[in-house]
Amino acid sequence: MTVMTANGRTPRPTFGGALARAFLYSFLICLGIVVLYPLLWMALNGFKDNGQIFGDPFALPSRWTWGNYVQAWNRGVRDYLVSSLLVTVASAICTVLISAWTAYGLTRTPMPGKPLIVGLVLGGLMLSPTVALIPLVRMLQAIGLYNTYWALIILYTAFRIPFSTFLIRAYMLGLPKDLDEAARIDGASEGQIFWRIILPLCQPIIISCIILHVLFAWNEYLFAMVFTNGSAVQTLPVGLTSLMSKNGTNYGVVFAAMTISALPIVLLFFAAQRYFIRGLSEGIGK
Amino acid sequence: MANSGLARMEDAGLSNAAGEPAAKAGRRFRHWSSLRWVAVAVILVGWFVYYPIVDNFIVSTTDEDIFTGETTNIGLANYERLLHDPVVWVALWNNTLYALISIIFQVGGAFVLAALIEGLGSERQRRFWRAIYFIPSAISITVTGLLFYFIYQPDIGLLSAGLRRIGLEQLIQPWLGNEDTAIYAIIAMSQWQGFGYSTLLFAIAIQKIPRDLYDAAVMDGAGPLRRLCSVTLPLTREMTGLMIIVTITGAFQVFNEVMVMTAGGPNNRSQVLGTWLYQQGFIQNNFGYGAAIAAVIFVVTMITGAAQLWYTRRRRVEL
Repeated sequence: MTVMTANGRTPRPTFGGALARAFLYSFLICLGIVVLYPLLWMALNGFKDNGQIFGDPFALPSRWTWGNYVQAWNRGVRDYLVSSLLVTVASAICTVLISAWTAYGLTRTPMPGKPLIVGLVLGGLMLSPTVALIPLVRMLQAIGLYNTYWALIILYTAFRIPFSTFLIRAYMLGLPKDLDEAARIDGASEGQIFWRIILPLCQPIIISCIILHVLFAWNEYLFAMVFTNGSAVQTLPVGLTSLMSKNGTNYGVVFAAMTISALPIVLLFFAAQRYFIRGLSEGIGK
Repeated sequence: MANSGLARMEDAGLSNAAGEPAAKAGRRFRHWSSLRWVAVAVILVGWFVYYPIVDNFIVSTTDEDIFTGETTNIGLANYERLLHDPVVWVALWNNTLYALISIIFQVGGAFVLAALIEGLGSERQRRFWRAIYFIPSAISITVTGLLFYFIYQPDIGLLSAGLRRIGLEQLIQPWLGNEDTAIYAIIAMSQWQGFGYSTLLFAIAIQKIPRDLYDAAVMDGAGPLRRLCSVTLPLTREMTGLMIIVTITGAFQVFNEVMVMTAGGPNNRSQVLGTWLYQQGFIQNNFGYGAAIAAVIFVVTMITGAAQLWYTRRRRVEL
């Protein structure tokens, strides 16, 4: 027994084994460079002036000044960042709250026509925003929401409710029913059971949903481009392209702006990796 | 036993003629009133997700005069126009190319990479590599699209500089400006951005495989390659199938990266259905024709969606 596990678990220090390991690690490191170097190049170019950018692209910046970053910030990135933050936070709160309500209704109440409603809400997962684009433009123009924050907040919420409901519902189905039944016998109302018992129990999946939603809303481009046209309400992804067309000749500023808009979401990913992975594995594993 | 007990209770209730209808009505009210929990979601999803899809089909049978704003019903003329529009066929081919190449790298490649990473000794190392490769997926496609727009530039870009450095100068060209290379350059960027995401999903699936299966395989004298083919591959087959379907669906909805990097050019050679829809609907104001292109995307995603539903249902029955 011990001999066999020793043979299996720890590879014998043979020449072939060492060679294979060396190959494996050099492959992983090379791939890592392919992934990270372009991003590093982007951040470094933010420190260069045009003369340097047109020089050797592998060279380090000659001076480490924040000039381009400050300029990018003042020439629009600040406003875009505020818009992105507002739209992302508002739509995240709306999506998660509405989805949790819906999931509660679908798992804990004697609602009539449950299968129909489950099918209706989760069926929305299959419908793509691209297909709805042209009718949505006319609709939002007709109800006066075109070119407002509300357009993006409502659309991000509506299009993400199916996925969030799917995740939260699956989680709620796994929670034992004794707790809320006991509370119901003690005379707690449905609202109290939801806010005081079920929602706190769902905290892990709620955090996962928020992270996944933030990742979506912060990076969304199609709706943001079609439904906003003034720089006052434009979010970062759209703002970047207009910054590019306005400062197209000053590459350093564009690179700085790209770096500023990528940084928050990368940091968020590293900070909340655990919740993020839970959300993904629940989402696709079921 | 329980059934007969319930029946007896209801019999008793029936005989209590005064109390029963009120209790029943109360229960029915409670049933109906619990719809309030789902009302907001149903209204929002119905209004902003379902209704536009229905409306899209209505719009696709009309033609709007951009000067007078007058709409006329033209039946299926927009669909007939689709068949004779060469750009639609270019776009369909580009979407298909997108799907094929993404299946190779983001399903096949990501599977092998995930198996390699999950074979590493310590959990710290595994987490490190998964996170490194995932970084591009966390970043907005506008940022990565613009980044590669610069990388592909012949004068300032990394790609040309790299080729020059290793003595392959004759290969240098305006990758995005060349009709033959533009779509491949965009797809390559998309692989760079997306493979870490699917690697992470495969890694999650591989983690769910019981360890003792590997131990048993080792005892039977199976080498690493044999373990990959006889244990890992069959036990992640469901994930692989799902990933192929999801990848195809995604490939037919592609929009952002093409819009940011070439906007469909040069000469419409890198158009995909999404960008051609945008071009027709919003640049040329052919709402009706744009809606007909959207209908094509709808049909393709419905087919892949049905495949996904069938696939996950079948899996559940097997379990």
